[in-house]
Amino acid sequence: MTPIEQAESISSKLKLNRVSLKNFLTTQGILIVFIICLAGFSMFSDRFLSEENIMTVIRQASMIGIIAIGVTVVIIGGNLDLSVGSMLSFATVLVVDLHDKIGPTNAIIVMFAMTLLIGAINGLLIGYMKLNSLIVTLAMLSAIQGITLIYTGGQNVDIANQDATWFAVFGRGFVGGIAVPILMFAVLALCVHFVMRYTSYGRRIFAIGGNPTAAVYSGIRKSRCVFTTYMISAFSVGCAALVLGSRVMGSQNNVGQGYELLVLAGIILGGTSLMGGAGSVWKTVIGVLILGFIQNGLLLLGYPYYTQWLVTWVIIIVAVWLDLANQRKRLFTSHS
Amino acid sequence: MVNVKNISKVFGGIQPIWLFVIAITVFFSFMSEYFLTTGNFMNILVQTSTIGLIALGMTYVMINGNIDLSVGAILALSAALAVDLQSYGLPVALFAAISAGILLGALNGLIVWKTGVNSFIVTLGAMIGIRGLVFIYTKEQSFYASDFAFSDFGISTIASIPTLGVIFLVCCLIMHLVLTKTGHGRNTFAVGGNREAAADAGIRVGRHMLINFMIVGFFAALAGITLATQMGAATPNLGRDYELWTITAVVLGGTKLAGGFGSITGTLGGVLAIGILRNGMNLMQVPAFYVLVILGAILIAVLIIDQKVNRKSGQEVNV
Repeated sequence: MTPIEQAESISSKLKLNRVSLKNFLTTQGILIVFIICLAGFSMFSDRFLSEENIMTVIRQASMIGIIAIGVTVVIIGGNLDLSVGSMLSFATVLVVDLHDKIGPTNAIIVMFAMTLLIGAINGLLIGYMKLNSLIVTLAMLSAIQGITLIYTGGQNVDIANQDATWFAVFGRGFVGGIAVPILMFAVLALCVHFVMRYTSYGRRIFAIGGNPTAAVYSGIRKSRCVFTTYMISAFSVGCAALVLGSRVMGSQNNVGQGYELLVLAGIILGGTSLMGGAGSVWKTVIGVLILGFIQNGLLLLGYPYYTQWLVTWVIIIVAVWLDLANQRKRLFTSHS
Repeated sequence: MVNVKNISKVFGGIQPIWLFVIAITVFFSFMSEYFLTTGNFMNILVQTSTIGLIALGMTYVMINGNIDLSVGAILALSAALAVDLQSYGLPVALFAAISAGILLGALNGLIVWKTGVNSFIVTLGAMIGIRGLVFIYTKEQSFYASDFAFSDFGISTIASIPTLGVIFLVCCLIMHLVLTKTGHGRNTFAVGGNREAAADAGIRVGRHMLINFMIVGFFAALAGITLATQMGAATPNLGRDYELWTITAVVLGGTKLAGGFGSITGTLGGVLAIGILRNGMNLMQVPAFYVLVILGAILIAVLIIDQKVNRKSGQEVNV
């Protein structure tokens, strides 16, 4: 190899590196925000980066995270799911209430069956009947909240003998020193990430979200795929209800109120586009963790808990704005 | 399908939601002797005025092709300001409350206009953030009205019609005229129908969106004040879920989420439908929980009927 060829090959390698670094910076911007957040908080509080604190934050974030994974799949498919908050209330109330009546195993089975049934109704209306997902899930939000209230008669439910049941394992248990909610979060995230990234099913969901017409013309059964995304979302809500019910060992009948929007906040922060066809489970995990660490960091710095809402507002808009500006290479729109 | 089409032909001019309002009015008149009385209708009018006022502004924003999820939080902030600042005099308190609403609406509008971020995301962020502002301002406390003129206003009447109801109806009329008779109203439809075409036709798209967000901010603030006069108090959690109720009412009224289509008369019908259902079922002593289920079912039924009558809506793009 001549010296010139060597130089060329080295320079092309360098160029490649620079391109991939820039590529990395623009695509993984949210990861950088995440690291800056961690670094910033750890400068002001010694406790922030302790192993115990980090585990606590991930454990707290894991419940929103579990739901967010399911909803991410729905959003990648080009739809929305606002009913997850009510569904969480319903599933938690159901599993806690049935625990004493028919035993933990049966309660869990019935809870998952009912949750998946609601997911199937969502899927039927949105996938097969092609109704607008925002309004359908809004209607379901109201209807499921009503059903939960009718079921409980407005009362709160709880498990009578809290020490004598293995049901506690989902919310309070540890396996190999790691809390079970974190494990469930991690396993679900890995599984769904794998499915979305490496299977033809995942590619079909991306295709439908990106261009539904083209997807249908290329032979994808759109209705069936959309239906399954809502089943995944419902399943993730069921898992979250297990964690929540088992941690509290009781449930208010509106315990999930507002969760749908917190979940969306985490997903949007992660960089999944609401228009569908783009995004990833990995980004959602980061988005949810950022929200968790901001909440925790502000609390450790001595701010009241509601300060995090204000910070969330700013971060969401700046994150999405920079993402968009990067796509169009300009900070502001051209609309007059 | 055929039936539905025939029905809408026979009643050509009438919006479907008004048929529904008439149907449930007749139904509840038979079911409860207390329903069809003037006093009860005044009640319904006052009960619906809070959601109704916000829905007027929301109709503009939704026709414009946007959405505003932050109205509940703006309502809470305005109510807190209107009650807490009464020590500086009622005019100051009311001015502060209304300005806060308009300013926050303008902030939403500016962000949507200048950054091009989807209004769903912008106002979702604002909804969380403004609720944070409310908690920071109130420090999680409830405020009680010190000026009795304020709480008396909520139960006052003009010519035996409740003042709050009169305010709502007058606002309906004004907003209807602005939407149908002015350039701003026309341009709002144009921008919602096809943003690119509107921009190419020389319409200042961003400015109209900004104005509409200010309008909905104003109405959220006004609704906050009227709600606070009814309660004589303001709590930091006031207005939770109001954005969902408002969107439900506007969608029931026939306004399209995708933009470019809708009317104030339809929204008035949607708001009344929710109000009459709640009131009538209360009178029939149905627990309030069932209203939530029935409303959800009706919303889905309206979507299905809408799709059958007018096939195009099935192709609507989400968000």
